Amino acid sequence: MADRAQPLSPGLGAGAGIAATLILALTLGTLGAVIHRAGGLGSLGPADWAALRFTVTQAALSAALSLLLAIPVARALARRRFPGRGVLITLLGAPFILPVIVAVMGILAIFGRAGLLNDALAALGAERVSIYGLSGVVLAHVFLNLPLAVRLLLQGWRGIPAERFRLAAALGFSSTDISRHLERPMLRALGPGIFVTIFLICLTSFAVALTLGGGPKATTVELAIYQAFRFDFDLGRAAQLASLQLALCATATLAAARLTLPAGFGAGLDRALARPDAATLPLKLQDAAAISVASLFLLAPLAAVILAGLPSLATLPAPVWEAAQRSLLVALASTALAIALALPLALAIARSKGRLLETIGMLPLATSALVIGTGLFLLLRGLASPAALALPVTAAVNAVMALPFCLRALIPAARDLETDYGRLAESLGLSGAARLRHLTLPRLRQPLGFAAGLTAALSMGDLGVIALFADAERATLPLQLYRLMGAYRMADAAGAAVLLLALSLALFWILDRGGRADAQA
Amino acid sequence: MRHSLMIAGLLCATTAAAQDKPVLTVYTYDSFVSEWGPGPQVEAAFEAECGCDLNFVASGDGAALLARVLLEGDSTEADIVLGLDTNLTAKAADSGLFADHPALDVSWSLPIDWADPIFVPYDWGQFAFVYDRTKTETVPADFEALAASDLTIVIEDPRSSTPGLGLLYWVKQAYGERAPEIWAGLADNIVTVTPGWSEAYGLFLEGEADMVLSYTTSPAYHLIAESDDTKAAAPFTEGHYLQVEVAAKLAGTDQGALADRFLAFMTSDAFQSLIPETNWMYPAVTPAAGLPKGFETLIRPEKSLLYSATEAAAIRDAALAEWQTALSR
Repeated sequence: MADRAQPLSPGLGAGAGIAATLILALTLGTLGAVIHRAGGLGSLGPADWAALRFTVTQAALSAALSLLLAIPVARALARRRFPGRGVLITLLGAPFILPVIVAVMGILAIFGRAGLLNDALAALGAERVSIYGLSGVVLAHVFLNLPLAVRLLLQGWRGIPAERFRLAAALGFSSTDISRHLERPMLRALGPGIFVTIFLICLTSFAVALTLGGGPKATTVELAIYQAFRFDFDLGRAAQLASLQLALCATATLAAARLTLPAGFGAGLDRALARPDAATLPLKLQDAAAISVASLFLLAPLAAVILAGLPSLATLPAPVWEAAQRSLLVALASTALAIALALPLALAIARSKGRLLETIGMLPLATSALVIGTGLFLLLRGLASPAALALPVTAAVNAVMALPFCLRALIPAARDLETDYGRLAESLGLSGAARLRHLTLPRLRQPLGFAAGLTAALSMGDLGVIALFADAERATLPLQLYRLMGAYRMADAAGAAVLLLALSLALFWILDRGGRADAQA
Repeated sequence: MRHSLMIAGLLCATTAAAQDKPVLTVYTYDSFVSEWGPGPQVEAAFEAECGCDLNFVASGDGAALLARVLLEGDSTEADIVLGLDTNLTAKAADSGLFADHPALDVSWSLPIDWADPIFVPYDWGQFAFVYDRTKTETVPADFEALAASDLTIVIEDPRSSTPGLGLLYWVKQAYGERAPEIWAGLADNIVTVTPGWSEAYGLFLEGEADMVLSYTTSPAYHLIAESDDTKAAAPFTEGHYLQVEVAAKLAGTDQGALADRFLAFMTSDAFQSLIPETNWMYPAVTPAAGLPKGFETLIRPEKSLLYSATEAAAIRDAALAEWQTALSR
């Protein structure tokens, strides 16, 4: 536990140091490059403060709703076993890895003015409803982020040793008692971190907030940054706004860390979870309802995306397939790099007392993609042609951007590892490579698989910085998708979206599966 | 390990391409160089006659393109920048990075007179609201009729997209002092404001709005590429705001003669005949063979609106503030 800081082995310290340095270089470093080029920070007007208010409001609402709605869904998935459960869990994760524009189209196919919901309402003779505005922004953000919250909470439930539930059953605990003594401490340990992660994701929202926001009332800070960069070429103001985002990120992360209480369940024998307490009919119905509603909400837009794209999938033009290959390579490279950085960082965070490393680990979430892109452009321009660097830079940036999610998955498990096995390992003199092989990797296998899957899928779907660096021959799949849309080829774009979705999900499934090959799930 | 080898391979492939031929580097926006844009065919046609290597470098849209050139400043590798429009040329000219174009013996097919010493036009279009003829029967004839109707529209944000900025200037030039009133009237017609053209057009095709801000040439794509004649552009009596896309030579180029040759090539039939069916805009010089079949079905508004580059730059912030205030209520 964090009470007792343990010395880091030299290898681990170096790994964590490199990871932290790389994150700082890509976040504060790129911002610094922009400020340097601008010759200082700019000033903010009343419109910027209004944008900040809207941004924080929608992000807080989106994060709170995502977390609250995820609790019953994750609990239901954790305590029920049914055929197809594994596949459903993978599918439910899909919205989180969709490119934003594809997700928006899927949401509108269901909730839009011409969507299924409104058609159904009209058929029943009811008024059509419009989702554009704050409600649409929050709806879309919950759609995109509920999957992440469910998956992270599900890991929390898995992290409660089955022995505790057996003990609870032996003591005749009701579901309410279990909730108080086992589930709430777990939620207290994970909840704040999940909330702040989603809050930060929504903080840098740009296309979702604008497209579904319905007009300039829904202006976010990221849009203001975009405008400053592109239309005003006011680098100082862009840098000032980006600094504000980073300050918000640091504040939110530190506040969440204060609210986080360690759960302290102790070690178990990794037996399958059995929940005799949940066998009552009302609880069965409750769980069935939670799983059904969440599946409908998350899978219906996904089904709309798939139905729209399936007809053009087989006839996609060759450049799309080439881009898909390129994206796969970038995704695998990103994943390898992200895991190599995340593991030492998570272990170091688990052993350290302060919050500095954890805050650094969250910085990429609040960093504007435009600032990273522009900053890197300024920093690397003298070294090589930007086009030659396009793919390696994209892989590296995607890896660093995925680190906060990897850390969210790894830190709780790494803390438990330290608490439960740290002293035993010390007393046995288990250290270095042997400790990694015999203790760390086996114990962290599940979150590592999840983190790898998530990184690969996110990297597949991310437009990232490639747009600023790529030339015609090096487009990734998401860039190609945008190009198809820009060339009026919406049907081909829909087909490319299905290809992207299928590849992302396949990568996620294989890697996540690899992490729990021996688990009874 | 294999990945790093592949990446290393990619890097080698790029350096190997640079042989002894002179290289002309043209910065442009992304959709120009995509498989579906004019880029690949333009490259083949120019390389066939110039004995050079034409190297396109793409970045985002027109605004991103200018931002990149401004970031690079004097040390830019670009010889030509292709893809700015008249909303961006004032800022580009102010930077002092661009040089005058060579004398061109061309009769422009532009709806306005063109006499800019730096920027050479290669295509143009008029903004228009596009609708589906099978769904919308009563088509408004001007902004006031649109505002009074219960038709829904989706528009682009002037803070992040060129069509959005074009619409802002369109309303401003057509209505002057009354522009805020027009925007207030349009507020309840606007379903949403998207970051760019692709999102807006996608939303329109999904049926989220009756009309979308696009170009008078948009219906030609559906007609020619999809044999779909249901899309049409609504002619407005105020006239239609113009977008002229231009290219220019960098003052610091070390390939001055080649750059001049490219600018001249840009106004030739070989280049201009590619524009209608790849960029879906009007060529700046109508090719000898005329426009492709299908373009004759498009509306041809007689009145074009366009602020000069300096006027556009001067009124932008005030017009933007009016727009934002009117739509934030």
